[in-house]
Amino acid sequence: MRPPFLRGFWKLTWVETKIFAREPMGFVATLIMPLVVFIFLGRVFGIGKSVTAPQVDLPFNPAILAAVLIAISAVQSLVAIISIYREGGILKRLRSTPLSPVTIMGAQVAVKLVFTVISLALLMIAGKRLFPGVLQVNVFSFTVAVLLSTFSILSLGFVIASVVPTARFAQPVSAAVLYPMLALSGLFYPVDRFPRALKTVAYLLPPTHAVALLKGVWDGSGWGAHWMNVAALFVLFAAYTAVSTRVFRWE
Amino acid sequence: MNPVIAVSNLGKRYGRTIAVDEVSLEVFEGEIFGLIGPNGAGKTTTMECVEGNRVPDKGTISVLGLDPRRDANALRQRIGVQHQEAHLQKRIKVWEAVDLWRSLYTRVVDTDALLARLGLEAKRDAWFMTLSGGQKQRLFIALALIHEPEVVFLDELTTGLDPQARRAIWALVTGIRDRGTTVFLTTHLMEEAERLCDRVAIIEHGRIIELGTPDELVQKHCPERTVVFTSDDANVAERLQGLGGVEHTEGNGLTYTIRGSGDDFVTDVINIIAREGIRVRGFRTEIPTLEDVFLKLTGHGIRD
Repeated sequence: MRPPFLRGFWKLTWVETKIFAREPMGFVATLIMPLVVFIFLGRVFGIGKSVTAPQVDLPFNPAILAAVLIAISAVQSLVAIISIYREGGILKRLRSTPLSPVTIMGAQVAVKLVFTVISLALLMIAGKRLFPGVLQVNVFSFTVAVLLSTFSILSLGFVIASVVPTARFAQPVSAAVLYPMLALSGLFYPVDRFPRALKTVAYLLPPTHAVALLKGVWDGSGWGAHWMNVAALFVLFAAYTAVSTRVFRWE
Repeated sequence: MNPVIAVSNLGKRYGRTIAVDEVSLEVFEGEIFGLIGPNGAGKTTTMECVEGNRVPDKGTISVLGLDPRRDANALRQRIGVQHQEAHLQKRIKVWEAVDLWRSLYTRVVDTDALLARLGLEAKRDAWFMTLSGGQKQRLFIALALIHEPEVVFLDELTTGLDPQARRAIWALVTGIRDRGTTVFLTTHLMEEAERLCDRVAIIEHGRIIELGTPDELVQKHCPERTVVFTSDDANVAERLQGLGGVEHTEGNGLTYTIRGSGDDFVTDVINIIAREGIRVRGFRTEIPTLEDVFLKLTGHGIRD
């Protein structure tokens, strides 16, 4: 007897993967956009340690920005898909099958993680080719960190998807919620120097811990030194998932 | 006979609006039962409560002896559902949808046979978004039938379809019943209800105001019959005196409209015409329909 969660899970994930790959716009936004940002900033300012950049001192790492953008575009895509599915009655139709609600949402998360890996692989390939010798990072470790970050930020996506009124608002609302989080994440300006209230807000948002973890993995201080951020990503995932199960609308 | 579906005193409100109020009905094995009424009358809410997809505020529901909420998982294996104005993923292929649905049920029918039965073989590899309205509805029927359910729920199945597609769907629904499956449907099309349903319940403002076979309801509420015929003969009106209630209007020839009521009325008219030897060029009868019943019971048309 299969666990109820797995009934239809792999099939639904596979179908959703194919459907997403057939979607021209979603495909471009998810895979190409972070890559373009990465290549552009890398060309202009250099990659890795900002002090080695030739002309301009860029106070952040474009590779980490690109990685967080991958996570954010995954969330935006998730919000868009859920709101379109809700508006079209697709969620309702899926829900009146023996599929469990966890499976329906879990398949969407799985698809986003698959495309995160693909997107990241493109980023790595571009990095190795365009900026030889700079990418000294442990590829496996960095990938796992990006996946964990995406996973955690996706839980916010479900909360956003719950409040988005119609599919038309999915893109602007998720952008308005997610990009300020990027500003608070500590990527551009150290969280420690924020005022107290803002600091609290920043620590309650997954991108902050994602950036801290990715920086650690990048400069080699590693997972051990950032176990608090790893724990925070899991705790925040659980918290936002709990919130979304209470406020989520299926139709 | 035990009912397949038994609903008693069902109630559901949204905020301060009462959507369904004290609805009770029974659906029996092998029949097509129709819940008919205008948009917003409470048809869909009632149906979704029965399917287990909506939680009623009060009342009891039993489907195949199960409680739709408590035994939701067991029930979903035994009922098929088609929602009003539903969609699938725009770029899902027909066969992928069927394949996905097949993986969810313990007992399933053969995909090819099912697609053939619904006339979708040629559309196997088509994206959902490229299907016509009628094809989409046929796919939804396929998905509702994939696990050989004992009861099928069809909500506003033909809304928005052209007459030809609608007729094709009607034939399919009759076919479902003829294979022994019980069908519970909603519609605001009286013609559809009259063609398909063995029994109907008329619902308005969340209450069932009448229930029976279409024939029963017409007989009970609209017993009037009208005969209209044309004849060039003289003195036709006088020769029909025995019937009473004769109107006549001049036309190309002379058109006579005779109104009466009861099962024997049309026969009486024919007998008199025959006895008097009136030469008739055209002859038709007008028999009230469910639409007339609805109008009489509610004081307004179904689309008002």
